[in-house]
Amino acid sequence: MTTPSTLTAEGIHRTESVSASGGRRRSGLKVERVNWPGTAILVLCALTVLLPLYVSLSMAFKTQGQAVDGNAFSFPEPFSVDGFVQAWTLTNFPVGAAMSLLVTAGTVVATIVLAAFASYAIVRNWERRLFRYSFYYLLAAMFIPFPVVALPQIQLTGRLGLDNPMGVILLATMFQLSFSVLLFTAFLRSIPMELEESARMDGATTWQTFWKLIFPLLAPMSATVGIFAFLYAWNDFMMPSLIISDPALQTLPVRQNLFQTQFSNNYHVSFASYLMAMAPAIVAYLFTQRWVMAGVSQGAVKG
Amino acid sequence: MSITTTTRRGQGRPESRRRRRVEPVFYFFLLPSLVLFTLAITVPGLVGIFFSFTDSIGIGDWKFAGLTNYIAIASDPAILQSYLFTFGFSIVTVLVVNVVAFLLAVGLTSQIRMKSALRTIFVIPMVVSGIIIAYVFNFLFSNSLPSAGAAAGISWLETSLLANPDLAWVAIVVVTAWQAVPGALLIYIAGLVSIPGDVYEAAEIDGASKAQQLLKITAPLVAGYVVINIILGFKGFLNAYDIIVGLTNGGPGTSTRSIAMTVIAGFNGGDYAYQMANATIFFIVAVLISLLQLSLTRGRNTL
Repeated sequence: MTTPSTLTAEGIHRTESVSASGGRRRSGLKVERVNWPGTAILVLCALTVLLPLYVSLSMAFKTQGQAVDGNAFSFPEPFSVDGFVQAWTLTNFPVGAAMSLLVTAGTVVATIVLAAFASYAIVRNWERRLFRYSFYYLLAAMFIPFPVVALPQIQLTGRLGLDNPMGVILLATMFQLSFSVLLFTAFLRSIPMELEESARMDGATTWQTFWKLIFPLLAPMSATVGIFAFLYAWNDFMMPSLIISDPALQTLPVRQNLFQTQFSNNYHVSFASYLMAMAPAIVAYLFTQRWVMAGVSQGAVKG
Repeated sequence: MSITTTTRRGQGRPESRRRRRVEPVFYFFLLPSLVLFTLAITVPGLVGIFFSFTDSIGIGDWKFAGLTNYIAIASDPAILQSYLFTFGFSIVTVLVVNVVAFLLAVGLTSQIRMKSALRTIFVIPMVVSGIIIAYVFNFLFSNSLPSAGAAAGISWLETSLLANPDLAWVAIVVVTAWQAVPGALLIYIAGLVSIPGDVYEAAEIDGASKAQQLLKITAPLVAGYVVINIILGFKGFLNAYDIIVGLTNGGPGTSTRSIAMTVIAGFNGGDYAYQMANATIFFIVAVLISLLQLSLTRGRNTL
């Protein structure tokens, strides 16, 4: 924390590409062989990652008759979308997806904005006790796991009429705040004051400076913060299952417990439903993987 | 304001010591986070600690009970079992995750083919919802694995792993590790690419074998990353909830009940105050581990 983090997402990629080109240069001097046994072992390991996903995919497209035959690994024959059709109505997928989207978008936006706001105020007024202590205060939540405060939170959100997706957005954002403030403040400390001073010379207010200059500069950090908030909010089961009291307002992961109590033998339906809930995050990851990978390696090290 | 002016005129203190007035907009930046954080986390936390010294059942009248709850917890076999299980499971999972992730990272940074495709695949589990992938594995453990066991004539595999009180934890370790490996893997990759290639060239000239290089160069140089991964992983696994709910829901019996699950059970079980005492103890444990983390990683958190 004492060393300002100047490592942006691009920074990591630069380091990696530098060392990669370094590797190539070396291999130019001394021809390095491709490690085929290593490749083979890693491909085998990758299969263990893909296997559960393949099973979800193949089970989802089976007919009910084929889904119960006990062979999880067979290809769907014939191809059937019956599972998706049933899952769509059974879990009320459109509403579930809307709730998941609402909770995720709300958490991502609220986390980025609130954490960037607070971090900017803290870093620019570090010599003030209020701001300095606020930093440590907000950071303290990293010591508090959700289960510790879950019971009183369930009660309080219930009393305040927040036992709905709004309450989940609030709580999820607050649990993301510490880590996000840590990332933002580290990054803000590395932004030279001269930049801001020149903006002020041109007559910009602090509010304008923040939105026109600081917030755009924070973009790589916002991406990291946003990715963590997204993965947490989209995938979490524990918090929405405890906070949202009306089942009709539940998020997608919580809706899947339907298949643990009822319809437990309609495997093609349950797997179609699982797939519809998992797919958005996987697809989003495939398109943003550079950012996800860079964000995790720096985020985890900071946190 | 007047005080500032007097000081400025009267004593002419150096610029740096004088306190400039904080722009009001900075309070606007900071206060929303402070207020919401206090309402959402601090207040519930204090309320919880307060009620841990009472006999409240969550609603209605209550009176102070002193340390009764804490004394009762110390000799409650169900709570002790959940602590034993959670710590045992966390230690095993941390070891599995770090060994697997480290070996994968070494493989993924060596001269292999399909490097980026493999890396993409290995990170997928991180973006998948824990509860949903637990449902998928639940199906595999209760249907596919037993039929595979029967086909291969391995008798202990013929019944579901999840129904066996002595082995259900293995399934939980497998699924938790499946999901936790990518995070650790990315951190190890970041550590490995930061080691300059010259070190290995020098070692090769001195006649060190590949295995010696791995043990004598790579391992010590990524030691800091090992510490980070172990602590981050351990902290996360202590909160285990989603995956266990999806796999065993604490069963068979209570053999795989985590601390988080016992605390949450207090919400429906009527022993609110009792479980708040449990949560308070859990909080102290979490703080101790975080302090350990701070003392171990101080000065190391520069990627």
